[in-house]
Amino acid sequence: MELLRIQQIEKYYGSKSSLTKAIDDISFTVSKGEFVAIMGASGSGKTTLLNCISTIDRVTSGHIYLENIDITTLKGKQLNQFRREKLGFIFQDFNLLDTLTAYENIALSLSIQKVNPAEIDKAVKNVARQLDIIGVLQKYPYQMSGGQKQRIASARAIVTNPKLILADEPTGALDSKSAKMLLERFNYLNYEHEATIMMVTHDSFTASYASRVLFIKDGKVFHEISRGADNRKQFFDKIIDVVTLLGGDVNDAL
Amino acid sequence: MLFKLSVSNIRKSLRDYAIYFFTLIIGVSVFYVFNAISEQTIFLQVSSNTRDIIDLLTSMLDGISVFVSFVLGLLIVYASRFLMKRRNKEFALYLILGMGKSKISAILLIETIIIGLGSLGVGLLIGIGLSQLMSTVVANLFEADMTEYTFMVSTDAIIKTAIYFGIMYLVVMFFNSFMISKCKLINLLQSGKKSEKLKLKNPVLCVIVFIISACALGYAYYTAGWKTNDMSTEKLVKLIAIGAVSTFLIFWSVSGMMLRVVMSMKKTYYKNLNSFTFRQISSKINTTVASMTVICLMLFVTICTLSSAFSIRNSMNANLKKMCPADLEIQFTEYDNQTDINKYVDFVEKAKEFGYDFEEDLSEYVHFHPYSSDSFTFADALGSKLEEVKKQYQYMEYENPEDIVKLSDYNAIRRLYGRDELTLNDNEFAIICDFKSIKAIRDEALKTDKTITIFGHTLTSKYDECQDGFIDISSQHVNIGFYVVPDYVVDENYASLDFLIGNYNAETKEDKQIIEDKINNKYNDFFKEYTSDRNDRNIGYMYGINTRIDIAEATVGLGAMVTFIGLYIGLIFLISCAAILALKQLSESVDSISRYEMLRKIGAEESDISKSLFRQTGIFFLLPLLLACVHSVFGMKFSAFILETFGTEKLAESIGFTSIMILLIYGGYFLITYLCSKSIIKSHKQ
Repeated sequence: MELLRIQQIEKYYGSKSSLTKAIDDISFTVSKGEFVAIMGASGSGKTTLLNCISTIDRVTSGHIYLENIDITTLKGKQLNQFRREKLGFIFQDFNLLDTLTAYENIALSLSIQKVNPAEIDKAVKNVARQLDIIGVLQKYPYQMSGGQKQRIASARAIVTNPKLILADEPTGALDSKSAKMLLERFNYLNYEHEATIMMVTHDSFTASYASRVLFIKDGKVFHEISRGADNRKQFFDKIIDVVTLLGGDVNDAL
Repeated sequence: MLFKLSVSNIRKSLRDYAIYFFTLIIGVSVFYVFNAISEQTIFLQVSSNTRDIIDLLTSMLDGISVFVSFVLGLLIVYASRFLMKRRNKEFALYLILGMGKSKISAILLIETIIIGLGSLGVGLLIGIGLSQLMSTVVANLFEADMTEYTFMVSTDAIIKTAIYFGIMYLVVMFFNSFMISKCKLINLLQSGKKSEKLKLKNPVLCVIVFIISACALGYAYYTAGWKTNDMSTEKLVKLIAIGAVSTFLIFWSVSGMMLRVVMSMKKTYYKNLNSFTFRQISSKINTTVASMTVICLMLFVTICTLSSAFSIRNSMNANLKKMCPADLEIQFTEYDNQTDINKYVDFVEKAKEFGYDFEEDLSEYVHFHPYSSDSFTFADALGSKLEEVKKQYQYMEYENPEDIVKLSDYNAIRRLYGRDELTLNDNEFAIICDFKSIKAIRDEALKTDKTITIFGHTLTSKYDECQDGFIDISSQHVNIGFYVVPDYVVDENYASLDFLIGNYNAETKEDKQIIEDKINNKYNDFFKEYTSDRNDRNIGYMYGINTRIDIAEATVGLGAMVTFIGLYIGLIFLISCAAILALKQLSESVDSISRYEMLRKIGAEESDISKSLFRQTGIFFLLPLLLACVHSVFGMKFSAFILETFGTEKLAESIGFTSIMILLIYGGYFLITYLCSKSIIKSHKQ
């Protein structure tokens, strides 16, 4: 079932004299329960694409449909409501509130949705169990490791049961062990809870956990591969092949 | 290059910290306005009495200016140190790029000079404008003639303001250079890293500390508010110290306790952004306990100073009508230099012998004399209560003879003052007293002992308490008490002073002034002739002339003086407190930009974010004010006791006036801070 449809979107920066096409006519769809990775070099437009989908940024032209609602036409309150109820965010630098404990950070996204306080506790404990963070719930961000922080951020993103989870370089600030642990949790969420995840990364290893990878270059979809029946290792090799083909700066991002 | 850097730095921070520069400008202009009063009022046509009062006022304002500049200096040093700390990263970058510390000092120097000159210039311009207004106010207060008014610029005040603020800025420059020379690159670089531990305080400890400090405050309140009578300077200092320490501890414990309490109310805590809001507030209070304490105490002083000043002024002006119902009062007596015993002289008759008639200038008058005897003193009047009272008030004079007035004389005065007459039976007396604390003592004594023996007659008090009234005209309640007895009781041998109280034989203000001058001259001439005639060194003279015009001038002058001093200190304190709070809140907003950004990303409503910010700013501003208000309730109770002689009838009105002023200035700062914070956290949206 189709969840997200991107239709010929474009995003320009700058003035007429010096125009930068960050996104140059991109179209694709994401089905419910898919785990999509978007790869590309720095400046290829992948983060801009994510920002447009998350309504943090506006497209210059084209349409983005989530469950058949055109989110490019939403404004003000509707926009906030959309973000609150349909999307979950995970950022490279975690973006946790340093004044709140882990528990409160997760609870906050529920209380913003005006969820009944009694239900908040149940939901937070539940998601904490899934992400294996029960032990750190009462800690503050500065008392946690990067991996723990990112799992807290992930818990905050999924606790509201969003239609779509958007992750921007979620492993960017993690060591390889923590990254692996996080990605396995993503897989778990994807398989067990049918969460739809869209992740931006420039790291092939991270991308290999996805079920489909879109490669973006100079604002255009350059290539797309699906995992199909391959195991992760095989899929990883395929990704490396494409990356080599893409050449240049993504190479070093193994 | 350095200059360019400085200018761009200022421009960058001007947007976020405009309120601080604004405060500097207000500080300069207030300073100028109050120091320009002496020159601004030179043109005023006022009597020499009023001129003396204005001179006294300006010399007092001079002294207070030193204190004020000290407060402002502290504010400026504090603020610049605070703003500098926030730029550690920037300084680190300069150092890494190879810039010398002296160069960085130079940048700061240029910045301080620009800010200093800017604030001084703008502040002086505004001050010159405001001081024109001030002239009008002063002229109004003293009912002076404004016809010769011209636009005035006080060069003295400009020079003085420039020197005072110049010194303050010099101190800041010196301080900045010192800080820069001391700092290490590694510390500067790491200063950005958040190492602030956000541990919750032990709740049990918080509650214990809170209870202890609340009890200590309660004790201080009780002693200041209800045990006022046996207050000594030593005790007062002790109370102030207890108050200050408890204030600190209350803020310290409240920051932890408040969060705990709200956290335990799960329904509230996990509603909207409440958890975020309260965490922000508690961490802010946590890190600013010391400055909150100072601000709270300064607000407390401001509230008390302003209320007391307005109260003195309002009450005195109101009392003037009631307490000064006659134009003239002359007292005269001779006394023996060796024994201090009064020797009654009927000076009105004596003056007539010398050819000076005082009665001819008066339309109506009472000429009488009270009596006093060493055999009937205050101690005798207190009777069996004496020991008890002595224990409480050690410094009162108990051996002073009491004044005794004949009923017919007293009634004549009451008629002159337009009041009802007093009636007494042959065996009755009454005590007349309107000085509250003495009245309380006398009433207490009356309760146990209603009979007295005067000049061999035993009398009983008609009333259970002292009656309201007075003989001396004044603008305050200063009658500490005298006895009114039936005429037959007194012994003419004990006559003490000679009194002449009356109204001038004139209707208009000008005519009254003419008569007053005439009487003054007459009296001086008579006195000179009378004493030159008598070379007896053993005789001393005690005399006094009180006139309504003099009292009114002194009242207006004193009222103006306390109002100006109160306003001066109050204004400076208020803007200093509010500026520090604003600075802290604004810098906190800058630090929190990413937090609000995140809240937006996870879909928080803009209105909820604004609400959260409003609450944070509001509670931050309100908390010190709230505690200061509680302090003030009891502080004012104490100052009402001190102010008793001036009358406290207008206290409520004065407190209202003070509240309005605080609401305007403090509230204004709060509003501006909120709006600036809002624009700070919004500006990074796109």
